[in-house]
Amino acid sequence: MFKTHVVQKGMTLPIMGSPSDLLGTLESTTTFAITPDSYLGLVPKLAVKEGDKVLAGDSILFHKKDDRIRITSPVSGVVTSIVRGAKRRLEHVLIEADAVQAYASFPKGHPANRDEVIERLTASGLWTMLEMRPYGIIANPNDQPKAVFINAMATAPFAPEASITLKGREMDFQSGIKVLSLLASKTVLSIAEDESSTALVGAENVEIHRFQGQHPAGNTSVHIAHVSPLNKGEVVWAIDAQDVAILGQFFRLGEVRLERVITMGGTGFVNPSYVKAMPCMQLTSAMDEALRVDRTYRVISGSVLTGQAVGKDGFLSYNANQLTAIPEGEGTEFFGWVLPNIRKFSKNRTFISWMFPHRKYDLSTKMNGEDRNFVMTGEYGRVFPFDILPNQLLKAMWANDLESMEALGAYEVVEEDFALCEVICTSKQPLQSLVRSALDMLHAEMN
Amino acid sequence: MKFLQNIFDATRPAVTDGKFKALMPMHNALETMMFVPDHNTDNGSHVRDAIDLKRTMVTVIFALMPALLFGLFNAGYQHYKALGLLVDGDLISQFLTLDNALFGAWRLVPMILVTYAAGLGVEMVFAFKNKHAVAEGFLVSGILIPLIMPLDMPLWMIAVSTIFAVLIAKEVFGGTGMNILNIALTARAFAFFAYPSVMSGDKAWVNTTTEAGQSVVDGYSGATALGEMAATGSSSYSAWDAFIGIIPGSIGETSVVMILLGAVLLIVTRIASWKIMLSAVMGALLMGWIFNGLASYMISPEQQVYMAMPFYEHLLYGGFAFGIVFMATDPVSSAHTERGKWIFGFLVGMLSIIIRVFNPAYPEGVMLAILFMNVMAPLIDHYVVAANISRRQKRSTVKAS
Repeated sequence: MFKTHVVQKGMTLPIMGSPSDLLGTLESTTTFAITPDSYLGLVPKLAVKEGDKVLAGDSILFHKKDDRIRITSPVSGVVTSIVRGAKRRLEHVLIEADAVQAYASFPKGHPANRDEVIERLTASGLWTMLEMRPYGIIANPNDQPKAVFINAMATAPFAPEASITLKGREMDFQSGIKVLSLLASKTVLSIAEDESSTALVGAENVEIHRFQGQHPAGNTSVHIAHVSPLNKGEVVWAIDAQDVAILGQFFRLGEVRLERVITMGGTGFVNPSYVKAMPCMQLTSAMDEALRVDRTYRVISGSVLTGQAVGKDGFLSYNANQLTAIPEGEGTEFFGWVLPNIRKFSKNRTFISWMFPHRKYDLSTKMNGEDRNFVMTGEYGRVFPFDILPNQLLKAMWANDLESMEALGAYEVVEEDFALCEVICTSKQPLQSLVRSALDMLHAEMN
Repeated sequence: MKFLQNIFDATRPAVTDGKFKALMPMHNALETMMFVPDHNTDNGSHVRDAIDLKRTMVTVIFALMPALLFGLFNAGYQHYKALGLLVDGDLISQFLTLDNALFGAWRLVPMILVTYAAGLGVEMVFAFKNKHAVAEGFLVSGILIPLIMPLDMPLWMIAVSTIFAVLIAKEVFGGTGMNILNIALTARAFAFFAYPSVMSGDKAWVNTTTEAGQSVVDGYSGATALGEMAATGSSSYSAWDAFIGIIPGSIGETSVVMILLGAVLLIVTRIASWKIMLSAVMGALLMGWIFNGLASYMISPEQQVYMAMPFYEHLLYGGFAFGIVFMATDPVSSAHTERGKWIFGFLVGMLSIIIRVFNPAYPEGVMLAILFMNVMAPLIDHYVVAANISRRQKRSTVKAS
């Protein structure tokens, strides 16, 4: 009934520790942190000082270049400290939450027009949920996007299924879509080919597209490339399905309530599962309970492909919809590069393990080699489903060649699209950080 | 294992800060060769594929082994045949003897050692100078070079050719991954033009050194099949001999069947591009077929006979199979785009046969064909990339209008 797009290239990472459907709540601490670095494109300006009392939804930071855009507090409480790093760079704003939460009140009800949507979203801080393509940074309210893409398809390892995260929030999701449809002439909802949740397949005021394929078939860049490819000068805004429900809830209640359903995946967790969690929360006490103790595990806010290693005392990112824990790699391997290695994960066929495509692995953070110059060709193409030449684009980025980047399709991708290329790279090149810094440079140069 | 690791750990301070700083690249290269290091990922993708460049390169070396082992026997066999010292019996009992293998190994092993010493020496100097790790590119080149050189070549010539190739073809461009020409073929091309007397002629490819009381059989020539064809238009060796590989030639190149075994490994593991191999074979077949049609228009009778040779037999003689499987597919010096690989391979195949047939002074065309196409590969890629770019621009202008 909807158009189905088949994505041929890609790979499902054969990693153990998939979350079960069990639903609990991640034990919360009272400490929360706003981390400016995790908001791509933000130039932070403080709106509070130590000792200030804030309500959930009160401004903590402004964007220097456009002070309509602000970061608001996820909880009510006291700003306990402002942590700065080298050169007084702002690292965290720490907030100690009250026992009983109080919410700043915003207008309720469905917005009348586009300007009102922008005004109410920026004022509440929920605007940061909208991501701008190209560049993959916080959307600019002055842009006129050609479409808003809502992503309700999970293909990244352990990524939460939208049908589960939206359970019980179907009405808010639908009213969120209605709000978003005021922003652009076209609103697109992308769902998996086998999706059956009525909240998704029955969504209204939106153009629904189905996608079939392995990761990165669930990436927004893939959806945009299939539905309405980005040309130079065009802008698209992208948002995650669960954020749409949070947004709908905000317009219904007039309060910023950010609790969301995330997954805890990976072999580091005693019980990988879906849980409710507050963004920006400190993980320590929750991790004490959830993590296994037999080895050292890396706690990642986000997916194993794109997340940030935060440590068990770290904070959940503001936009993370998953938490991952995988073992840290330990020890050297004697002649590991010659042995047949039946029990090692590789997309490459020099390991006999390719004959067992259904085997899953307890993947660790091991690099499995040293970094080298680009040598192999045609490798990335197997997991990169775009009409873009990945090696050539990456080399243009490496050489800071803006003109070639633009011509080769830099506007159509963000770093997450190269995550699998990075996984399978023989030369162990840090592709995602390369793409991020190139996009930042391109953005600075074009604006 | 623990014992070895302890040695590396104990000596590390001396090469990182101490007075043996110059040995750092060597220390690092040896250690990472024995132990996959315990580096962990940073941010970005937190898990990585088990593949690394060492494993890629060692797979190519495994793929070379059938041809190499066969070549050892063949070197001895051709030598004893030239001296008339083969015992009576069928071919297998004459060919698969320990004497043959030892004769070949006695010459090949020093060649391999000298090549590695020369090539890795240059690599380590540059690794130290530019403060990077020794890359694995030379692991394969170091085996390829002895396999395509004459068995009797003086070791110093091999060393000079290797050093030239690594320096001029690779390091000046920035090391592994940056070269334009295939390293092994550059070494051979250097040797061919610098030491032509060693590299060509009837005596080059079979060892006919005699000891006291031995002599070369009367009327023995030692010419390779291609050498004979260039001179007379036909060869005394049958296509079947050439397919099995019991003919004179460099160690690695003679046995098509053993090279095919290596090709299967490279294709199954996806280390080498099957597109290049297939399109090169198609290019060679097409050119051979065209020559079949043109044969009767040639002036010299030798050329007429040569060009009338069944077109598929071109694949069996000389270094064609070896060059296509192991050198044309070098990922760095061949075309980098998937479409470019089809064009690259096809032209390598065509040019190999053209050079072979039309240049009697140098009957082996595949080396020059690959080197020439190495130089042309960036141009092929340029047009493939330009097509991708114009597709993107067209989309944008269609939208705008």
